[in-house]
Amino acid sequence: MYSLSYRRASSVEEARRLFKEASDAAYLAGGHTLLPAMKQRLAAHDVLVDLGAIADMKGIGVSGDGLTIGGGVTHAEVAGSQEVKGAIPSLAALAGSIGDAQVRHRGTLGGSIANNDPAADYPAAALALAATIRTDGREIAADDFFTALYETALEEGEIVTGVSFRIPETAGYAKFRNPASRYPMAGVFVARHKDGTVRVAVTGAGNEGVFRWSEAEQALSGNFAAEALAGLSVDPDMMMGDIHGSPEYRANLVAVMARRALGSLGSAEAII
Amino acid sequence: MSVEGIGARVARKEDKRFITGQGRYVDDMSVPGMKHAAFVRSPHAHARVGAINAEAARAMPGVVAVLTGAEMAADGIGNLICGWMIHSKDGSPMNMGAWPALASETVRFVGQAVAVVIAETKSQARDAAEAVEVEWEELPAVSDVLGAIAEGAPQIHPEAPGNLIYDWEIGTKDEVEKAFGEAAHVTRMDLTNNRLIPNAMEPRAALARYDAADDHFTLWTTSQNPHTARLVLSAFYNVAPEHKLRVVAPDVGGGFGSKIYIYPEEITCLWAAKKTGVPVKWTGDRSEAFLTDAHGRDHVTVAEMAFDANNRITAFKIDTIANFGAYMSLFSSAVPTYLYATLLSGQYDIPLIHCNVRAVYTNTAPVDAYRGAGRPEATFVVERMMETAARELSVSPAELRRTNFIREFPHQTPVIMLYDAGDYEASLNAALEASDYAGFAARKAEAQRRGRLRGIGISCYIEACGIAPSKAVGSLGAGVGLWESAEVRVNPVGTIEVLTGSHSHGQGHETTFAQLVASRLGVPLDNIAIVHGDTDSVQFGMGTYGSRSGAVGMSAISRAIDKVEAKAKKIAAHLLEASEGDIEIADGEVRVAGTDKKLGWHEVCLAAYTGHNLPDGMEPGLKEGAFYDPANFTFPAGAYVCEVEIDPETGHTDIVQFVAADDFGRIINPMIVEGQVHGGIAQGIGQALLEGCVYDEGGQLITATYNDYAMPRAHDLPSFRVSTTETICPSNPLGIKGCGEAGAIGSPPAVINAITDAIGNNDLSMPATPEKVWRALHAAGGGLREAAE
Amino acid sequence: MVTVSMTVNGRQVSKEVEDRRLLVDFLREDLGLTGTHVGCDTSQCGACVVHLDGKAVKSCTMLAAQADGASVKTIEGLADGAELHPLQAAFKEHHGLQCGFCTPGMIMSGADIIARHGSDLDEATVRLELEGNICRCTGYHNIVKAILAAAGEMGGGMKQAAE
Repeated sequence: MYSLSYRRASSVEEARRLFKEASDAAYLAGGHTLLPAMKQRLAAHDVLVDLGAIADMKGIGVSGDGLTIGGGVTHAEVAGSQEVKGAIPSLAALAGSIGDAQVRHRGTLGGSIANNDPAADYPAAALALAATIRTDGREIAADDFFTALYETALEEGEIVTGVSFRIPETAGYAKFRNPASRYPMAGVFVARHKDGTVRVAVTGAGNEGVFRWSEAEQALSGNFAAEALAGLSVDPDMMMGDIHGSPEYRANLVAVMARRALGSLGSAEAII
Repeated sequence: MSVEGIGARVARKEDKRFITGQGRYVDDMSVPGMKHAAFVRSPHAHARVGAINAEAARAMPGVVAVLTGAEMAADGIGNLICGWMIHSKDGSPMNMGAWPALASETVRFVGQAVAVVIAETKSQARDAAEAVEVEWEELPAVSDVLGAIAEGAPQIHPEAPGNLIYDWEIGTKDEVEKAFGEAAHVTRMDLTNNRLIPNAMEPRAALARYDAADDHFTLWTTSQNPHTARLVLSAFYNVAPEHKLRVVAPDVGGGFGSKIYIYPEEITCLWAAKKTGVPVKWTGDRSEAFLTDAHGRDHVTVAEMAFDANNRITAFKIDTIANFGAYMSLFSSAVPTYLYATLLSGQYDIPLIHCNVRAVYTNTAPVDAYRGAGRPEATFVVERMMETAARELSVSPAELRRTNFIREFPHQTPVIMLYDAGDYEASLNAALEASDYAGFAARKAEAQRRGRLRGIGISCYIEACGIAPSKAVGSLGAGVGLWESAEVRVNPVGTIEVLTGSHSHGQGHETTFAQLVASRLGVPLDNIAIVHGDTDSVQFGMGTYGSRSGAVGMSAISRAIDKVEAKAKKIAAHLLEASEGDIEIADGEVRVAGTDKKLGWHEVCLAAYTGHNLPDGMEPGLKEGAFYDPANFTFPAGAYVCEVEIDPETGHTDIVQFVAADDFGRIINPMIVEGQVHGGIAQGIGQALLEGCVYDEGGQLITATYNDYAMPRAHDLPSFRVSTTETICPSNPLGIKGCGEAGAIGSPPAVINAITDAIGNNDLSMPATPEKVWRALHAAGGGLREAAE
Repeated sequence: MVTVSMTVNGRQVSKEVEDRRLLVDFLREDLGLTGTHVGCDTSQCGACVVHLDGKAVKSCTMLAAQADGASVKTIEGLADGAELHPLQAAFKEHHGLQCGFCTPGMIMSGADIIARHGSDLDEATVRLELEGNICRCTGYHNIVKAILAAAGEMGGGMKQAAE
């Protein structure tokens, strides 16, 4: 790791200020993406602004049709939260399937969303649950938030303070894990919302990161069941390929995981 | 069986320090004035090394020195060696290219070191290593064996035209060809044994100190064989003469072969410690381990097996190309020859065998022995062939094996080995019974109803362990003898220290070796200490690898105990005025058989040291040593049965049952033996399902972290069902065969045989990743749809 | 440089370290607690697992400064004086370790698993929960067995032994 300065912020405002004062700062949340990259000297920042002590980013609350989770809430806290389990059980289950137990104790929702790693789990839930990403300055619809691989609509220095998920009528998540890294090679979150709309979001597989699978959404709007997806597949040209899975294989996994997500509504299935 | 002696399930004496965080690994150590080393490594698979500009690095905070290969060569530090000479079939010696610890002219794999930075802290050393500027002139590179032997391939070493190290053969080619001409059936397969990265959990490390006043070096290092390290460092690398070099291998966090070899970093730290006058420590990180630890396996093979009309094997021919990487590592040359081709008879009576092996350079990390070393590759060839032949001949895989089992011992194979004892039918029967092989069809049908494809596979392996005798291995080209030494030091109060040349890095020697002593001399385990891993303490030793510590290391201890026992009996006979032949030693007492005359063990020991009343002419003291050179290899063997379920939609494989029935000869501690088998099976399943080292065409390592190299995790594996059958090994005094590698040797073909059985397609390579299985299933047609519906 | 203060194994410590100091290096090199190990550089192997405010974390993937004000427990602090923690005893009894390098992380993770699952612990759960800890020696067989046995011992209940 290159030399750096560590700053712990106690409020969002302080974090913004510390960030602005530095020449090339980064926010430090759970650190489980940033620190490994910095340790391997693949990334360098002169200042790390730690968001871990900001109390305003910690809460979980339900109001009306929305479930709002603070950006600083850890995956373990989401997985264990009675509010989340009650409102969107498959979201709690998704959080409980991220990484490993130690990662879940440190990794945060805000960090995961802001990084937009193509293999992260949360972006699929954010898209399928028509989430609103709350930052220190504005609200961004999930549909507008994830712009490209590792890229989001966030401005320089903007902080994800929380995410409001729309509470669906029912939802499910299924993923197939990469045998080495254990990140999803294909993760599909399906949700039927109370207004009858269906959303299907895919992570881990697309060559441009998380995406909504519109053909599946159409197919499922009439019949929200696995059989409605029979014969439906994504275009392998849109898929990533690497030593663990070719685009064709990932395309197959997307179709299979979508069906399985429908078979595990109210929970999450992780195949490992 | 006593509660502590041979055969007892004793909890390990060494555990307490590990479970309380008090283990002492190399990176846990520090000495006053110690500085830290970081290496400047090649980002290229093949390049000429131009000017090295270290000016900026030398000026950075904390930097003590930046040293290069040119300076090392100028100081007369020798090149790394390969210690086993193989001659090609035309009689020419193997073509070995030069391997300097720090390259000054050419680098031949990504990660090869060209310079070292010594600095106050680890971070400062890394910072400065990055600031060292090297002018690289990139050269064309090749990473796979077929590419390396193709016409026009990049030439890696001037000493090895066409990148060929040797072209070696064993067996009788003409007779084999004749038998194929007369065969009723021939089974032919193309087989790849995938390249693996060992991944002992403790990365390699070295701490070197030079004491100028005594002109003496100390090296603490992650070694499986500290005496061999000292010998090689002295005799070939000219770092220091043996009597001026102490090598200590303290607690070592796993080896699996990868810590047998003496690596450039150890040589460099020793040399740098003298050159800079400060103790130097280097601790590799996992990324360096991926790039620079000796890798394992990597064979490409064509095999053909001829059968007569009664399904008896009449001949077997094998053509193998082995990837050695960019340099010949210490024992690399022996692996695909004497540790591989000599095991190609498996458990079967095969009258004629011919095997040709070509060893080839590529621009990848050096390849050497990894758990099993040659024997997993041989077992994979033989057992994939047997399963495939059974399918082609429409006989049950178990039956085809039974038809061809060797049943009389000793048995001379056509490929050197003289099998001394075994009962292959017994282990196969035990494994079939434990796995309820007969009930498989019902389980398959039940799985089918759940949409899962279930398959079962057998593997009957044999291995040769405790490589020996020294005279024989010498005649085959080994540069060292393969005996073991021990010293049994009885103290005046009767407690005992055993100094052994074996090295424990997880095997539990502090317990099993003590159990042997307890059994023989009637002393409680708490009064016995096993000393190993320090060339200043232990007389000499060849170390631990090749499942040799039980069969060879303990036999040496047994021989030393013989001498101690004889002397103690003489002393006791003298003191008790009895005949030496009537003295018995047991339960802490030395007795005259059939009488109530006795002495405490401690009384005899004290008498040995006071010397007040010893037989005429006897020297005082009670300390004896032995160098034990075995009469033959040992031949552990067994049968493994693997049962899998495949998810046809994803190709994901679940190992639902894994049964092992091993014959290890006599067992000292069943709990520890089972643990060895568990770990070996996990590594074998890892090879079969998960692990595969991948370089791209240009020689960049793709699987360079745990994000891309799939290590077996707890949920990839079931609990294993292991058992043993026993035929006593006649070739050593304890009847031990060895158990360290069996699991890794026997399991890969069992897994692949099971998967191919499940999916109905025999064309499947390791690692059988979900995508490969899914594709093989598709290629096979039917199975997928049937199961899905 | 930054001054970090925390409670480690019940003892208050305070040191000035580089901002980039990782918690694991702080424990090993500044405090001499070398029982916590480093087995990889990508946060996967789990040899470095310690408890931070009662929860298992990978000490290689946080800065020492992030732990300022926290309470850290390492393998050295698990036993109650001379008396081994039930999990330590179970690892010994069931041969849950060979080379010992992954062992401190395994034991700290095991304690965390038992604390979170209590009586719900079964073999499948233990295997899933060990996702973040890699062992190369044991094939996990006896590690799983030891954790289940300790859970039983600690009153967590043991639905199914790993046989």
